[in-house]
Parts: sequence; structure tokens; C-alpha cells
Amino acid sequence: MIATLRSLTVTAAVFAALRLAQAQGLPPTWEGILERARGQDVYWNAWAGDEPTNAFIAWVGRRVKETAGVNLVHVKLSLTAEAVSRVVAEKAAGRHEGGSIDLIWINGENFLAMKEQGLLFGPFTHRLPHFGLVDTAGKPSTVIDFTVPTEGYESPWRMARIVYVYDAARLPRPPRSIPAMLDWARANPGRITHPRIRNFLGSTFLKQALYELIDDPGRLVRPVGEEEFLARSAPLWRWYEELKPLLWRRGEQFPESGPAMRALLADGEIDIMISFNPNEATAGIARGILPPTVRTFVLERGTIGNTSFVAIPYNARHKEGALVVADFLLTPESQARAMHPEGMGNPTVLDLDRLAPEDRRRFAALPRGVATLSPEELGRALPEPHPSWMNRIVAEWERRYSR
Amino acid sequence: MGTALLPLTGKRGTGSPLLALFPAAALLLFLAPVLAGLASTALAAFGYLPALGGTAPGLDPWRRLFAVPGLGASLGLTLRTGFLAAAVSLAAVLGLCATLHGSRLFRWLSRMLAPLLALPHAAAAIGLAFLIAPSGWVSRLLSPGLTGWQRPPDIAIVHDPFGLCLVLGLTLKEIPYLLFMAVAALEQIRVREQLAVCRTLGHGRAAAWLHVLIPQLYRQIRLPVYAVLAFSLSVVDVAVILAPTEPPPFSVLLFRLFTDRDLGLFFPASAGALLQLALTVAAIGAWRLGECAAGGLGRRLVCRGGARVPEGPAVSGFFGAVAGLPVLLSLGGALALALGSLSRSWFFPQALPSAWTLAHWMRHAPELLRPAGVTFAAALAASAVGLFLVIGCLQNERVNGRNPAARTLWLLYTPLLVPQIAFLSGLQVLLVRLGLDGTWTALVGSHLLFVFPYLFLSLADPWRAFDLRYRTVALSLSGSRARSFLRVELPLMRRAVLFAFAVGFAVSANQYLPTLFAGAGRLTTLTVEAVTLASGNDPRVTGIYALAQAALPLAVFAAALALGARRRF
Repeated sequence: MIATLRSLTVTAAVFAALRLAQAQGLPPTWEGILERARGQDVYWNAWAGDEPTNAFIAWVGRRVKETAGVNLVHVKLSLTAEAVSRVVAEKAAGRHEGGSIDLIWINGENFLAMKEQGLLFGPFTHRLPHFGLVDTAGKPSTVIDFTVPTEGYESPWRMARIVYVYDAARLPRPPRSIPAMLDWARANPGRITHPRIRNFLGSTFLKQALYELIDDPGRLVRPVGEEEFLARSAPLWRWYEELKPLLWRRGEQFPESGPAMRALLADGEIDIMISFNPNEATAGIARGILPPTVRTFVLERGTIGNTSFVAIPYNARHKEGALVVADFLLTPESQARAMHPEGMGNPTVLDLDRLAPEDRRRFAALPRGVATLSPEELGRALPEPHPSWMNRIVAEWERRYSR
Repeated sequence: MGTALLPLTGKRGTGSPLLALFPAAALLLFLAPVLAGLASTALAAFGYLPALGGTAPGLDPWRRLFAVPGLGASLGLTLRTGFLAAAVSLAAVLGLCATLHGSRLFRWLSRMLAPLLALPHAAAAIGLAFLIAPSGWVSRLLSPGLTGWQRPPDIAIVHDPFGLCLVLGLTLKEIPYLLFMAVAALEQIRVREQLAVCRTLGHGRAAAWLHVLIPQLYRQIRLPVYAVLAFSLSVVDVAVILAPTEPPPFSVLLFRLFTDRDLGLFFPASAGALLQLALTVAAIGAWRLGECAAGGLGRRLVCRGGARVPEGPAVSGFFGAVAGLPVLLSLGGALALALGSLSRSWFFPQALPSAWTLAHWMRHAPELLRPAGVTFAAALAASAVGLFLVIGCLQNERVNGRNPAARTLWLLYTPLLVPQIAFLSGLQVLLVRLGLDGTWTALVGSHLLFVFPYLFLSLADPWRAFDLRYRTVALSLSGSRARSFLRVELPLMRRAVLFAFAVGFAVSANQYLPTLFAGAGRLTTLTVEAVTLASGNDPRVTGIYALAQAALPLAVFAAALALGARRRF
């Protein structure tokens, strides 16, 4: 009886999956998807401000061409918002299928915005054969993006982590806590900055500080209202009020972006910069855009970690091809390549324990970059706060300082 | 001018119905997409954009726009830098003409400045920042030897709070542009004869220029001056590189709103786009009032026997230096970019890269080819089509007089007055609806929106200043309007036409947002690649793409100059 019930439930589940697949207009099996993907052009819209990432995407293009006959085109963006606004324009024009974007590199706020506006296709991650290898338990940010459950509407492809890059030649012992950073700035005014507040790294700089200064960090994962935000973030603003005049250019100017800030570090205008790429220092040295003396540190009480995803617009023309690329990004081969310190050097989203031994060896064989921290040194990742915290930080910063 | 023509055409009994179609066709071709784009922006400005959940029209976007922190300071910065850049550029060009026109130095300067026109704005700005920043090349050359700086000094040279660096960056391109227009216009004014008349009446060279020639010259370059003013008020890419950041100029503030991760900001951004339009129109109105005041002042001076105008080598030397500055800074910037693109690593205060490599060029060269091809083809097509239409419109004016359609042609300047991102986002929706996004038609068409007004600006004044007696003679000798046009009128305008073509080519090659929106990721140009990759702030990559981006329009300019210099008569 129970067995019958169970098989009935299983059958029902299979039917539900099939119905969903049909409703999405996709072949019901992965083989069917592979078949349809062959020969498709997949337009992957991805921020192109990082050379190692561009090179990685080019490599992915060569590999999916070889293995699945998919033609991957990297549509280079200077802002992810460009792609988002294109999907908005297509929706506004009533192009609900045959859209010009097949895959978007996305996370956090852009994901939430697109999901809320019904601009994404999915759920789709359950269709990807390699999604089962993802370490969703050990790395919860692979399924919870800025506290928002991804619900299968985006698929992870690399881990990101807040680190601080510093020049060890000028700064032998970097400050490893938020209060210590202020003490250091008092003694060394003008030697640190952050990107402008509406750049994600700018708000991240304050968000990371809030984690350490707030009474109850556990509160950060839930939405926050105006009044509560002002009460709870008071220590952050006390800290920042004192730090701001000690920033580069007396806190009156800010670099446009993370890469612009990196140029300041390279030329010795500042001594410390924040980054979301744990391999930033090593990659910068290897490319000759950071001096060989730069190193990495994290805060003693931990730093925020998150995940980069790919999503498929609701009206994508080549969804099958996009799925094949999303799946390829999760293969051990691709993940090991992404983690190579001479390339991107991003930690993997996979659970290594679930891999076959020969695949695990790919990761064990990877060298570690001269200026990259070991997983132990990186320590545990703090989850991203709910987006409302970030939005309120930005609004409050502008209210106080934009005049 | 047109009314003077009427007796002639009237006597011949017929106008040209074919030519009469040109203004109407141009208006239809251009106004429709611009208006459609504007309309969709205007709807969003009042809260209507169902794709983003905006279904209840109201004033909320405006309330949110006026609540944006720093709005007042941002508008103030925009007006300050916009007027200053336009005024400085105009003063420099008029001063240069008045003090040096006819000299060898003037010819040399106008030859040197012309290629600068082809230099893309963003590339010029990046080069300038690369040169004069606290950690820039100049500072590296002087440090630590002369300055003692081991680290770059903590001074805001680039992004300075007043916006002077932005003004400098804008004049870098605006002086060459206005000088270019002035040189073309001066050919239509009999400078030498008028100067001689003034001399015999006992007036000095400077007084003659101030009271007699500049008023005539200004009338001919008035529209380009307005375009320069509008450009200075709405430029985004140069401002991002050189202007203060907190708060930024209004154009940058708008761009940030439009591209914010919070899609809801699209509504106040659209309202801001309308505000920017109003701001530009008001600024041009104010400038026009300034013209009237200056004209009145000039007339009063003339009635009193003319002003005493300082002249002499010091004055002409000053203007020569002012006009030479863009040449120096652009060349220096380009050289610094070239060095950067060949560097393996190059940190402050090394005067030159510590290690050299060709690797970056080798890696990027193959990737440059396709965008270079698209850039070339699109620019060629847009300038050719644009030139055909512009000449048609202008010739219609000459033959048929300024009929109503011709009189409304000023509407075609709209694309230069509206902030690009505002009406282009609406236009994008239209292109998608027509299934044209990502096609050559869309790409060339969207470039034409900006190429056409610049072609018109470049050609209208010389065309209207054409000495009609040539035409009268040609008509009476050949008896054919077509033959008169092809054998006499066009060859006489050859230089202006070639220069206009080169300007059109450069304008097309420079388009960033129109390419982005119309290309839909399918067609991409060097400018789009350059701007996109510049977001990575890698000096080598930036240098390679900036130089590659400048190369094509420069080559076309050189060709136009060479062809224009050959005499046919």
C-alpha cells in the first residue's frame, strides 16, 4: 500500500516535472535538450571589466563548442544593468519569445529585480545534470542569493568573498578589524578609500563594517524598516563619520569602481583596498597591474561571501543552449579551471566530497597563488545581509553626504 | 538668402519637385523615431511603463527626482562647466582667428587641430587623465627627481571639485571642432578684402576683426556653438572620467539613475531626462540673450568709433598657446596611452614602464578586427546616406527657397539636445517592436540620428554663404540645374563636403549608447568595446582600444584633408 502510494507520488512528481517542462517548451529529457542545443548561438551577457574572467568565458566558449556544438558569444557589458534594461525593453515591446539575451551573469539585487519583474525563465537548475554536485549545504549562498532563495531561477558558477588587498612593502601589519582600521587611518590619513556608494563595492565596504559594529549580526538576514535601521546602524555611522575625513582625498571624492580603486593601490595613492575576488592580489601581480608586494587579508571576525550566478531571461531564444552552458559551468573541469590562480582563481561552488577521485585530483593539483589566502585563512563566510540593509545604507549615505 | 533666390527660381518658372521631397523625407525619417523615443520617455517620466509595473500615471517620478540628494549641486556643476567650456572654446577660437588668421602659425594650428576632431572624446579624456593625474605621466616624469614625491600627491587634479578638469577635457575637443567650423566659414567671408577696407579707414587689425569680421563669422558658426553648449551640458563619458564624483554633473547623475540596479529608478530618471532637455533648451535661450546683449554692446562701441583692442605679439602668442594646448595635451595623452599599451608593468614614480611587452597587442589584435569592420561599414554608410540627405535638403533650399518643410529642419537637431540615454531607451523598445534591433538598418539608422545633425551643422552655413553668382553664371551657361550643381556648385563646395563627411564618419565611429541599444549585442563597434573594457581599468587594454578607436576616424580625416587640399580649378 505504502509502496503503491510512494510510486504514485513519484509518478505524480515525474508528471509534474514533465508538465512543467512542456509548459516551458523544453524537451523533457536532458538528451533532448542537448540535441536541440546543438548548433544554437548562445548570447551570454556578462560584465567584461575583468580580463581573466573574459579569458575564462572565451575558454568556456571553445569547450562547449567542442563538447556540445553550442556557439557561445560573449556580449561584453560595462554594467549588468545594460542587459537588464534590454530585457525590460523587449518585454515592453511585447517580444515574449525570441529575445536577444540567452544567459546573464547576475546576482543579488539585479537577480531580485529581474525575478520580481517576472523577467527570468525557470525554475531550471533541477534540469542541470551537474547541479547535484553543488555544495548547497556547505555553501548556502549557492541557493540563497542575498537572503533571497534562488528557487532554481539562477545557477551558481563561482564563489566570491570579501578580502582586503594591501601593499606589504608599505604596510607590514594590516588592521584586521573594523575598529583597528579606523585607528590605522587616524595614524595614516588619506591611505584608504572605497568606490562610490552606488557601486556595489562601495556599499559593500560599509556593509562589511556594519557586520562588525552592529549589536546583533543575526538581525541582518531579515528585512529592515527605516526606524529600526537608523537605531541599529548608529554605531556604523559613528565609525564612518570619523573615518570619512581620513579617507583618500579627505572623503570628498571616490573612485568610480573597484578596478579604478585598484589603480590607486598600484600607484601607491592608497595602501588598502576592498575586493570581492579572493584572488585579486595574485591575479594583479601575474598581470603586472599590481606590484609584486601586494598581499591579502581578511577580518578576524569573518567577511561576507556570495556567489556569482547565471540566469536565463524569460524570453531567451536559445534556452536549451543556455542550459547546456550553465551545466558546463558546473562540471569539475570548468570549476577547476575557474579556480586556477593564474586565471580567475575563484573558489568552486561544488562539494569536492561528491566528486569522483580523478575529478577531486584536479582541485588538489591546483597551485595556490603567492598572494591568495588558503581556505583556512579565509575562514568562514558571513552570509549577505538582506538587500533592504544595503539599500538603506546607500540612501542614508546619500542623505548625509550628497549635497 | 532663400528669399533672394526666389526671383531667380520664379523667373525660370519651376522649382524642383524632386528636391522639395528631401526636407519632408528627412523630417519623417528622423523625427518619427526621436519623437517615439521621447514619447516613451515622457510617459515613464509621468509614471507610465507597464513593463516595470508603472500603470498609474502621476507626479511621483518628479517628486522622487527632486528628492535625489545632491540634485541642486549637480545641476549647478553642470551649468557652470557647460557654459564655461563653451565660452572658453568660443573665445579661444575667435581670438585665434582674429589675431592669427592668414599667418603660417594659423594654418599650421588648423592643420594640427583637425585630426584632433577625429580623436574620440572618451579616448581624449582618458589620455588627458593619464597625463595630468597626480600619478600621471607628467608627474612620473618629474618624480621623484624634481618633486621629491615617492607617492602621488594627494591633490584632486582630475575630478577637481570645481570641474575645471572637465572644462579642460571638453575644450580639448571643442576648440578643434569650432576652429574647424570657423575655418570653413571664413572661406565664405572675404576676409582679406574687408580687412583692407578697414585698414584704409584707419582701423587696426584687431578692431576690424572685432567689429566687422567676428560678427559675420559668429553668425555662420552659431549653430555649431549651440551644439557645443548642448554637448557640454549633456556629455556622459568625458564627465565620468574627469568630473567631480560626489555629486557628479547632472548627465552622470541621470546615467547612474538609468543604470541603477533598482529598476524603479527608471521613473525618476525619465523625469530627469525631460529636465535635462528643458535645461539645454533654456541654456541655449540664455546664450541667445547673451548674443543679443553682446551685439548691442558691439553696436554701441562702433557708434562711439570702436573699441580700443589690445593687439601685438603678446596677444596673438597667447591665443596661439591656448589653441596649441589641445594639440599638446592630446598628443601627450595619446603617447602615454601608447606607452601604457606596451607596458608589462608601470608603477609610480617610474618615468617609463619597467618592463615592456607586445603580448597585450597580440592578444587583442584578433578581437579588434570584427568591431573595426563594423565601425568602418556603419560609419561609411551613415555618413554617405547622411551627406546625400543633407545636400538634398540644402540644395532644395537654394532651388526652391525655404519652404515650410525646410523651415522646420531645425527639429533635426533634437537628437543633439536630448540626453541620449533618455530617448534611446524608448527607441530601443520601438526597434524591438519592429524586429529591427541588432540589424544593420537599426545600427546605421540610429547613427544617422546623430550624424545627420552634425553634417547639417557642418554644411548649412557654408552652403548658405555660397556666392550665388557662380550658380547664375553656371545656369546661364549650361541651362541645366543638374549640370550646374554637379560641375560648378558641388566642386566649389568640395572641401566643405569632404570635411563634413569626415566629421560625420567620426561622429558615427564615436557613438556609444546608440550602438549599444541598436546593436543588441549582435553588432558591436570599437567604441563600445573600448568603453566596456575601460570599466576594467587596465591601462594596457584601455590604451589599445582607445588607440584603435581613434585610428579609423583619423585615417578618414587625413584622407579628407588630402583630397580637399588638391585644387581642381
